[in-house]
Amino acid sequence: MSMREKIEEAAARYPDQRSAIMPALLIAQQEHGHLPGPVLEEVADILGVERIWVYELATFYTLFHTVPVGMFHLELCDNVSCMLCGSEALLKHLEEVLGIEKGSTTPDGLFTLSTVECLGACEMAPVMQVGDDYHGNLDVGRLDALLARLRAEAGQAPGDDIAAAAPPGE
Amino acid sequence: MFEPVLLKNIDVPDGHLLATYEAGGGYQALAKALREHTPDEVVELVKQSNLRGRGGAGFPTGMKWGFVPKRGDKPKYLCCNADEGEPGTFKDRIIMERDPHQLVEGLAVSAYAIGAETAYVYVRGEYVKAIRRLEQAIAEAREKGYLGDGVLGSDFNFTIHIHCGAGAYICGEETAMLESLEGKRAQPRLKPPFPAVAGLYASPTVINNVETLACVPHIVMRGPHWFRAIGPDKSPGPKLYCVSGQVKKPGLYELPMGIPLRELVEDHAGGPLPGRGIKAVIPGGVSAPIIPRDGLDVGMDFDSLAAAGSMLGSAGVIVVDDSTCMVKVATRIIEFFHHESCGKCTPCREGLNWAVKVLRRIEAGEGAPGDLEQLDKLCKGIFGNTFCALGDGAAMGLRAALAHFRDEFAAHIDERRCPFH
Repeated sequence: MSMREKIEEAAARYPDQRSAIMPALLIAQQEHGHLPGPVLEEVADILGVERIWVYELATFYTLFHTVPVGMFHLELCDNVSCMLCGSEALLKHLEEVLGIEKGSTTPDGLFTLSTVECLGACEMAPVMQVGDDYHGNLDVGRLDALLARLRAEAGQAPGDDIAAAAPPGE
Repeated sequence: MFEPVLLKNIDVPDGHLLATYEAGGGYQALAKALREHTPDEVVELVKQSNLRGRGGAGFPTGMKWGFVPKRGDKPKYLCCNADEGEPGTFKDRIIMERDPHQLVEGLAVSAYAIGAETAYVYVRGEYVKAIRRLEQAIAEAREKGYLGDGVLGSDFNFTIHIHCGAGAYICGEETAMLESLEGKRAQPRLKPPFPAVAGLYASPTVINNVETLACVPHIVMRGPHWFRAIGPDKSPGPKLYCVSGQVKKPGLYELPMGIPLRELVEDHAGGPLPGRGIKAVIPGGVSAPIIPRDGLDVGMDFDSLAAAGSMLGSAGVIVVDDSTCMVKVATRIIEFFHHESCGKCTPCREGLNWAVKVLRRIEAGEGAPGDLEQLDKLCKGIFGNTFCALGDGAAMGLRAALAHFRDEFAAHIDERRCPFH
């Protein structure tokens, strides 16, 4: 299905097209990796809604990215439960081994490192989301193993278009 | 011996599939409700059960349903709040991932009761696995006639749609969630009108939490008296407790409403880590005022915790041990609320920004005399003066930390360093 078809299918769930902006943005982000201005305009045009309505949602909600993110977005929870279970040390480790500070992307475009608010998986704190998947009960060793796995996956991924590459599913 | 009902299928292999759910008696409550009860009778059963909302506020569910006008030509909507964002809370995720049909059946029975033909389940966008499992469950249920036109041969038509959130804690506030569903920035609405009268698309709308809806089929099957016999009469039923933090066995526990917090943390969750002692426990997500270790005998129900100056909230129980700096915990909590403030009203937006700055400098050993009084003043300026409960939750949390651990805050300022570093 094309992006337009997917968005139109999602829009059929609502009596008002404006409600479909959020699902449409999620679909567009899966398609494009992030949401630059022209994509936002395309979404507005497909739904026939005001462009400003689309812009305001794309910038209000934290899961929408108007700037590119790496092939793997490492989203480490640092809320209370994860903090109590050692997320600070994990952040420090990630910053060291990736050579970047949180909020930035490695020069090769592989990893974006972010801290996020509670992921709702505190029973396996400290926890990090990468793409669709949660990784819990993390320590430095598990984190290193995960990074190695992700690098290996990236090596196997065809093409160099990092911004367009979808993160791996389950 | 308490028999778990909400988590009955949680550890069953393939617990998320329809066949497993049906084998355990699934969808019999829906069939029973359609066959034996009018919608009003289902509302009455839920009223008699004394079920109170599991999302945090503890409002009586049957009473909420009763506010929906009987007449009128507008469609009615049922919305499920699955935007679980209160730090320390993960119960709804586990229900949706491992037993999604329990929610689907709860939605169907509840929609029948209030006269809604459409439900939207607002699931936080991070919960990808839960969303997939719920999608699969809805498809399976539709296939078998539990959803769709003429559910199980009755004249009840019912459709469930999933709406993915996109990372905003404020969507857990019910009117902010409605704004978000309408495709707007999630900022709370002024009430009244209440959603039961004018909610989604200005139509009568009921918003219930995942766990609340999951209780409904059990009430229909086993009767309101069964439900009411579990835990305190005014705050009864089986309850999911999410235990996390510095504790031996973090996890999701189903136990009667009202069990002592100490029993939950020390017996069920195994107590503190080796060589450590419990310092304090947050009983209901970070909005709930922290309870120091000598207060742990309180019952885990809405009324007992309110009487103790805290709240049950989402039952996100976070254990803090004696190796942890309370200023750091308080700072992290207020940073969270500041980050998640929707920006609509000044006391929350500006007050929390200010409080974060003061807290960070105290934790960094750069606090000044008068900083604690400044924090007291900020709490007073925020509490009761905000549009929604986000500001109240932040102020209550900070107030409790300041009240119970004032010496620790003062030591940071006096010694010009964090004593835990």
